[in-house]
Amino acid sequence: MAGRTLYDKIWDLHQVRRNDDGTSLLYIDRHLVHEVTSAQAFEGLELADRPLWRRDSILAVADHNVPTVGQAQGIADPVSRLQVETLDRNCERFDVTEFRLGDPRNGIVHVVGPEQGATLPGMTVVCGDSHTSTHGAFAALAFGIGTSEVEHVMATQCLIQQKSKNMRVRIEGAVGPGVTAKDIVLHIIGVIGTAGGTGHAIEFAGEAIRNLSMEGRMTVCNMTIEAGARAGLIACDQTTLDYVRGRPYGPREDHWQQAVASWQDLHSDDDAQFDREVEIDAADIAPQVTWGTSPEMVCSVADAVPDPAAEIDTVRATGMRGALEYMGLEAGTAIRDIPLDKVFIGSCTNSRIEDLRAAAKVAEGRRVAGNVKLAMVVPGSGLVKQQAEAEGLDRIFIDAGFEWREPGCSMCLAMNADRLEPGERCASTSNRNFEGRQGQGGRTHLVSPAMAAAAAVHGHFVDVRELD
Amino acid sequence: MDKFETFTGVVAAIDRPNIDTDAIIPKQYLKSIKRSGFGVNLFDDWRYLDPGAPGDDHSRRRPNPDFVLNQDAFAATSILLARENFGCGSSREHAVWALLDFGIRVVIAPSFADIFYNNSFKNGLLPIALETTQVDRLFAALGASDDYRLTIDLERQCVIDPEGVEATFEVDAFRRHCLLNGLDDIGLTMQYADEIRDFEQAYYARSPWLERAPS
Repeated sequence: MAGRTLYDKIWDLHQVRRNDDGTSLLYIDRHLVHEVTSAQAFEGLELADRPLWRRDSILAVADHNVPTVGQAQGIADPVSRLQVETLDRNCERFDVTEFRLGDPRNGIVHVVGPEQGATLPGMTVVCGDSHTSTHGAFAALAFGIGTSEVEHVMATQCLIQQKSKNMRVRIEGAVGPGVTAKDIVLHIIGVIGTAGGTGHAIEFAGEAIRNLSMEGRMTVCNMTIEAGARAGLIACDQTTLDYVRGRPYGPREDHWQQAVASWQDLHSDDDAQFDREVEIDAADIAPQVTWGTSPEMVCSVADAVPDPAAEIDTVRATGMRGALEYMGLEAGTAIRDIPLDKVFIGSCTNSRIEDLRAAAKVAEGRRVAGNVKLAMVVPGSGLVKQQAEAEGLDRIFIDAGFEWREPGCSMCLAMNADRLEPGERCASTSNRNFEGRQGQGGRTHLVSPAMAAAAAVHGHFVDVRELD
Repeated sequence: MDKFETFTGVVAAIDRPNIDTDAIIPKQYLKSIKRSGFGVNLFDDWRYLDPGAPGDDHSRRRPNPDFVLNQDAFAATSILLARENFGCGSSREHAVWALLDFGIRVVIAPSFADIFYNNSFKNGLLPIALETTQVDRLFAALGASDDYRLTIDLERQCVIDPEGVEATFEVDAFRRHCLLNGLDDIGLTMQYADEIRDFEQAYYARSPWLERAPS
């Protein structure tokens, strides 16, 4: 038998049946739920009088709509409050585990799942959120679904799926100092484009990927969706096992050896065939900054804003012109000369403890620049917040003039009160620089946590490799 | 879900690649706990000159006269023409609900983002991927006509232009079957409930640590 990829192996482990038309019924281990994409699914179950197939596969949190100040006082916006209360009510009615607002285990769904050990190697993990790809860092098959599929998993524990093609992106060699997981993934998107992975599951491999911590691997897999692929995966190794062991929902100690033995196979075979392979030299990756309104519009911090006139593809050139107009940027402007109004450190891409440590290291002993109206740090969960406070990171941020907030999705998508005003420009550690994403008319530049902190203290982009 | 039948409809074009789901339906409208009512906020940031919030009386807002769907000739649009990677971004099914609620039943583009593509079929919206050259041809023809209509025949998997020229498209057999018959996926899967139970029994016997429930 020909060798199989990691994706093939997890697929095979979960295939309940293969239908004549080429689709498969795929079994789902873990279903993560949040307030924005679940209400209509719960309602659908009730209308059809269908029970949950496996209630204990579900873990729910409110994250998209929650305030990041004064959570103990509840949610002021009545529309947001109704949506969160609807989740609370649905979880009660269907007897689903939910970490409610204020519970230290509450936070961004893609931070909470791994933190609790609810995401494990070899699992299938779904959530009504495209950044579910994050969990692929654990050698899990994890992908975002729409609300109809949320209801489908609730009712049947399965999804009808067409298998994707296999793609591998290898980052060979070691990255230079100051280059992080975020820079790796932004660079990959710059190379393959936002539709580069469409129809594929992407496995990330190579020395630079193996060298990443679990936090870094989650950052890379998180933005697989920005490369067009629903799922990103990384092989299981000792780093994975060390992270997973002892977590609340992980294997009990008496099952640990058995679990580890079954996870040994969670890597692509040497002779596995990929439909597409991309190889990138880690040494080519510099700290990245996006300049446009799509994550593929990205360059090195040392570069200048590109010129649409130099683009031969007319559709692309038109897209670039529109992006520069929206962003209020001139072709040829050095990235370092772009001044900022706000800085956001947070989101399911970059709000874990390692991200906050990296940002704090840059912020320590410095002050947020006068032209920056707001620099905010939003930890990914209550537990990340506690850990950061135990390490004194909150003091470093506050002393430097950053706001230290409570957990949630916050200004990544601006469904709560945290947002950009029209025309405001933001250095953001989030994942999407789409028009209006962080607030109508807002201008987003995606960067790593260290780059965001450096931008906050200088008031414009700087190359973190050149800081003292 | 209604059965998808052959129809002829008004076509509107948005000449942009990478139209993302934030553009299709901005985040503030995702706070709704219903499946309906999103049509008035379809492409909200492009469609109105002033900002909007859930609960606003949108008839009092200032429409952008340059935006295609605000023009009288395109009020009855049922087919949208766009460039590659349509529907990229978040998994929000609200994007599909908003298109349908406006009256759009077909989107034609060179390519679609995976989750959007999948969500479309669950709701009776047909995404049609045509070769870039075919899409270019439709953009050109649409630009040269005052009243451009296309006929969509899912049974025969083709788009028919006013001259009778047909462009065929690929669609997965299962999805086509569900759309043509208005079938509910969950009902179909429930036919295999015994197989799912058998699978679970063997699966948890092999991986007992996975039976541990959150508590």
